[in-house]
Amino acid sequence: MPKDTSIKSVLIIGSGPIIIGQAVEFDYSGSQAALSLKDEGIEVSIINSNPATIMTDNVIGDHVYLWPLTCESVEKILQERHIDAVLPTMGGQTALNLAKEAEERGIWKKYGVRIIGVDIAAIEKTENREEFRQLMVDIGVGVAPSKIANSFLEGKEAAQEIGFPLVIRPSYTMGGSGGGFVHKKEDFDVALSRGLQASPTHEVLVEKAVIGWKEYELELLRDNKDNVIIICSIENFDPMGIHTGDSITVAPAMTLSDRCYQDMRNQAITMMRAIGNFAGGCNVQFSVNPADESIIAIEINPRVSRSSALASKATGYPIAKIAAKLAIGYNLDEIENQITKTTSAYFEPTLDYVIVKIPRWNFDKFKGANMELGLQMKAVGEVMAIGRTFIEALQKACQSLEIGRAGLGADGRQNRNLDEIMYGLEHPSWNRLFLVKDAMTLGVPMESIRKVTKIDKWFLLQIQELVQLEQELKRYSLNNIPKEFFFTLKQKGFSDVQISWLLGNGTTEDEVYERRKELGIKRVYKMVDTCAAEFPAQTPYYYSTFEDENESTPSDRKKIIVLGSGPNRIGQGIEFDYSCVHGLLAAKESGFESIMINCNPETVSTDFNMADKLYFEPVFWEHVREIIELEKPEGVIVQLGGQTALKMAEKLHQYGIKIIGTSYDNMDIAEDRGRFSDLLKDLGIPYPNYGVAEDAEEALVVAKKVGYPVLVRPSYVLGGQGMSIVINDEDLETAVVKLLGDLPGNRVLIDHFLDRAEEAESDSICDGEDVHIVGLMEHIEPAGIHSGDSSAVLPPFNLSDNVIRQMEEYSIKLAKALNVIGLLNIQFAIKDEKVYVIEANPRASRTVPFIAKAYDVPYINIAAKVMLGVNKLKDFKIERKLVGYAIKEPVFSFDKFPEVEKQLGPEMKSTGEAIRFIKDLEDPYFVKLYKEKSMYLSK
Amino acid sequence: MTYYTKLPAVLLLEDGTVYHGKAAGKIGTTTGEICFNTGMTGYQEVFTDPSYFGQIMVTTNAHIGNYGVHDEEIESGDIKISGLVCKNFNIAFSRKQSEKSIQDYFQEENIVGISDVDTRSLVRHIRDKGAMNAIISSEILDLEELKAKLAEVPSMDGLELSSQVSTKEAYFYGNEQGKHRVAVLDLGVKKNILRNFDDRDVYVKVFPAKTPFEEMEKWGADGYFISNGPGDPAAMPYAVETVKKALAADKPLFGICLGHQLLALANDIKTVKMFNGHRGLNHPVKNIIIDHCEVTSQNHGFGVVAEDVRNSDKVEITHLNLNDNSIEGIRVKNKKAFSVQYHPESSPGPHDSRYLFDQFVNFMDSEKQ
Repeated sequence: MPKDTSIKSVLIIGSGPIIIGQAVEFDYSGSQAALSLKDEGIEVSIINSNPATIMTDNVIGDHVYLWPLTCESVEKILQERHIDAVLPTMGGQTALNLAKEAEERGIWKKYGVRIIGVDIAAIEKTENREEFRQLMVDIGVGVAPSKIANSFLEGKEAAQEIGFPLVIRPSYTMGGSGGGFVHKKEDFDVALSRGLQASPTHEVLVEKAVIGWKEYELELLRDNKDNVIIICSIENFDPMGIHTGDSITVAPAMTLSDRCYQDMRNQAITMMRAIGNFAGGCNVQFSVNPADESIIAIEINPRVSRSSALASKATGYPIAKIAAKLAIGYNLDEIENQITKTTSAYFEPTLDYVIVKIPRWNFDKFKGANMELGLQMKAVGEVMAIGRTFIEALQKACQSLEIGRAGLGADGRQNRNLDEIMYGLEHPSWNRLFLVKDAMTLGVPMESIRKVTKIDKWFLLQIQELVQLEQELKRYSLNNIPKEFFFTLKQKGFSDVQISWLLGNGTTEDEVYERRKELGIKRVYKMVDTCAAEFPAQTPYYYSTFEDENESTPSDRKKIIVLGSGPNRIGQGIEFDYSCVHGLLAAKESGFESIMINCNPETVSTDFNMADKLYFEPVFWEHVREIIELEKPEGVIVQLGGQTALKMAEKLHQYGIKIIGTSYDNMDIAEDRGRFSDLLKDLGIPYPNYGVAEDAEEALVVAKKVGYPVLVRPSYVLGGQGMSIVINDEDLETAVVKLLGDLPGNRVLIDHFLDRAEEAESDSICDGEDVHIVGLMEHIEPAGIHSGDSSAVLPPFNLSDNVIRQMEEYSIKLAKALNVIGLLNIQFAIKDEKVYVIEANPRASRTVPFIAKAYDVPYINIAAKVMLGVNKLKDFKIERKLVGYAIKEPVFSFDKFPEVEKQLGPEMKSTGEAIRFIKDLEDPYFVKLYKEKSMYLSK
Repeated sequence: MTYYTKLPAVLLLEDGTVYHGKAAGKIGTTTGEICFNTGMTGYQEVFTDPSYFGQIMVTTNAHIGNYGVHDEEIESGDIKISGLVCKNFNIAFSRKQSEKSIQDYFQEENIVGISDVDTRSLVRHIRDKGAMNAIISSEILDLEELKAKLAEVPSMDGLELSSQVSTKEAYFYGNEQGKHRVAVLDLGVKKNILRNFDDRDVYVKVFPAKTPFEEMEKWGADGYFISNGPGDPAAMPYAVETVKKALAADKPLFGICLGHQLLALANDIKTVKMFNGHRGLNHPVKNIIIDHCEVTSQNHGFGVVAEDVRNSDKVEITHLNLNDNSIEGIRVKNKKAFSVQYHPESSPGPHDSRYLFDQFVNFMDSEKQ
């Protein structure tokens, strides 16, 4: 059946603020779905409370409702606008739950709205653990032995019957919330009550644990005629026992025979057919017993997911985009392949490369958190890397993580403590992959590693080969490495940094780089084309490797490269992706070819439809440098991709590559506390007393000089990492020692902390002549809580005109003094009507996207055009549309770490944010926030 | 074994293009028509598929050999491809069910391969230049010598190969008490076709390629099956004759791949050598009779002429390829005879099209009612 013409207006439900387990991937799916429907001439309305998303931007939706995700909001929209159908499958569990609630309350029926893309009964079947289990049994699909429990007593009975180890899976939760493994009887009671509490229906499944079995996922698409295709098979490097969101995953499946794969494929299709008749995407998870290749089903999700975002980027098949078209009636054979543009969308992508995804964790932000990985997802983001071998992709993924690693080991950061390594292998945490390599380097037999980790031997053998290559390399020096061996090293993903470290003797990265260029070893770029080159493809989506042929031919157009923000993490979230996307669009609009470099598979910026050309590569110097050498862009935008991109500025500057907008030197002034304070002094702008120390002893002297309480922090960090407020010598000593231990070689900044001060911030755009104040935001909480964790109000609600005047004056002065071309964010502390500048960041901040949404002004687009020099501020007519106030509300994921107390301080901990519009200060939501403003403040 | 110890190897194409790589499998020299397969699983089934006889296979999947080799997962008694070109030739494997590595397997079966080749570049080249002959060697690295050897290799066009891979003696497969009897004309039949018959309680007798129809008929079959196989169908007048006679016998008839092409030839539809064949596990086919799609496993370098099919008054189209609109299935009007260009037995590949075996069995059921 072609398009259903009775659907003219569709409501897409978003997933709300970013939390662990439900992140940026839904901005990608929501945006894709919206654009896909708009292509069909359908009017698209979007509801999402997350202002940092691209999907809530005017470039995506026709009507955007930045409202709380509640039935009340939905009903208000339906009263305001005629909606034919609602698409709830693009916004994760949040959207499905909202759709379900509205269904139960009869709202859809009342307004004549059809639910498309899923049916509610299907959700029921998949979310209700018992119903799912029974259904699997009925259709002959294997499942692990299990029992449902609705009470403590039933749970205990179930455990007795099933035996240990077992798994507790609460019904209707996401990201494995409240679930977990129980290895011993003694731990069961606590785990059971936690599970029962986590489930909104107080129901858990007690299931036999198949720890150590292999784990797989399939991504399916089905149309109205029941045509089904498998988009991607994904194999978990980490076997059963670790949530798939916390697992390193690989596509295509690496260790599966055709027989076993087809068995899985058949079962997945049977399962999808069994849960309902909807057209759309579906994710199925399986476990395979390595002993006999028997298969059991773990779960099925009848919606797009984190895995489908990954599968889309991994294969080039845009699942959400096609799923949206299927939801409005198209069939797969009526749609074209979005990459080749000549073949059919009804086909199964085939890969001639390997992708590896590694999750990114932020345990450092949750002091005291249980860092062991298990059933409940703990990662805050992820990276994906593409290579022509598994090991190349794996090393590239390590380079993408931004945890200071230059690949998988061989970079001077290895752990050599065998006890720690063995403990870490048995108790998986963020670093297990690295420990596997460290263990091999120390000579631990592979079989011992396999026994403890249960990681498939094939993967371990690939890693083992790295160790052999490293041994071999140590026989050479830079000048006598045979070309062929050098080439092999690069094919195996070794970075120049790793090679220089392995060679030792003071060999530098640059020397390695120069030597391999002399030998003619350079990167080539291959296309991601869904079809392993069987057909010519039109989509410029590339990754690098070391081989003969380069497929990426630079055009003769003027080009701009936008550096992305890498993996999501606390302090650097979706708002930077929002900014990058606008940077790309602005560059396009200004006549440039826009080129994106990023490695985050969840994002919109890595959607190959956004940039003119996408390099899915680590935002890692060596990779960035070679793309620049190939493309020869007019310049590189570093202001939009957060610290990730900004960190590249120094290198770019050093190598004479043009940075678009504010110069490196001016950025450095803002970052360098000494230079910055000198500048403030010259400009007559007040700032808190400060000093710099290199060790604890010096710190004590500085603290005495600036006066307690003091704020201690390292320079050049993200989201207040390592920052703390201390009130006496003893605490200071501890803080400094810890800080230098974590970040050796860093300097410690000690600022006098303005106690009981208020905090506010400004964002501005400067074109070199004029300064435009984008917005001022006042924090509800007192100074001392990281700005990302504060509730902030736009515009200020409680600051005097005098204070506002000072803030504006300082913003303008600083923007001019720093020769800002582009964006500038300034943090202020206000005490006794006096405004102090705490810091200035010459880049897109977390708040610009928020202000852009609240005022309905495309600020990033304006800033990008100003940066590019194609426009001056006076070219734009800026009209703010806000009535009343907009509150930025931080959202936390503390529930994933029940052992961690919710305490807020100078180090950021929130994972996401929501926007809330209020008419006036009598609003009960605001009143409550204001009353509780100091509640969570800690040191 | 590190990379460093591998011996060099070279691949030379008929048009003079050269790729350098490492020796994989047996050290030696081999020739054949180069073709590529885009499947991500099932390399062992592909290598043993008789339809690939005489071909040098380029596998596009990044890793080959990664799950080892398992005695049961074969489509014929030995490896049929004449050589392998791949990116990563993985000697190590983890699969418990596998008995040996791909390296040992190749050595046992005397198969020469080349790895560490930029297979993507190679596929792009073949895609643009079309099918051609090639030579792989890990013993002769002198290009002139290789060129001379390559020049002696005949073109696949007009080449009859079935009789080389077909069984020499007729044999039986399945349960003698099965509800139907099918006579299989073995032009290079895949084992999984026979398994699919057996699964449906069909007893088969497999006849050598050049068996006269009369001999097959004597056995008393309920239906005839014309198998897949290598080579140019136009060079097989003996088989076309057999199919014509089988059609005249008016029993249910089913053809797969080469069998499909022969059914077409028997109905005066010409076949043609394709610029690039279809080889992979992801080819989209639409059954236009029931309006439903299936993901199919394919392996053919020849095809039927679409125009001839469309103009034919004897056959009608049942299946179409969604990528290039080529003819994927036909049926003979007023007869219970049909054929598909792809591989419903799909080993390797998706099982979406297994219903065709049911359809064939249903035809035989209805004959008996």
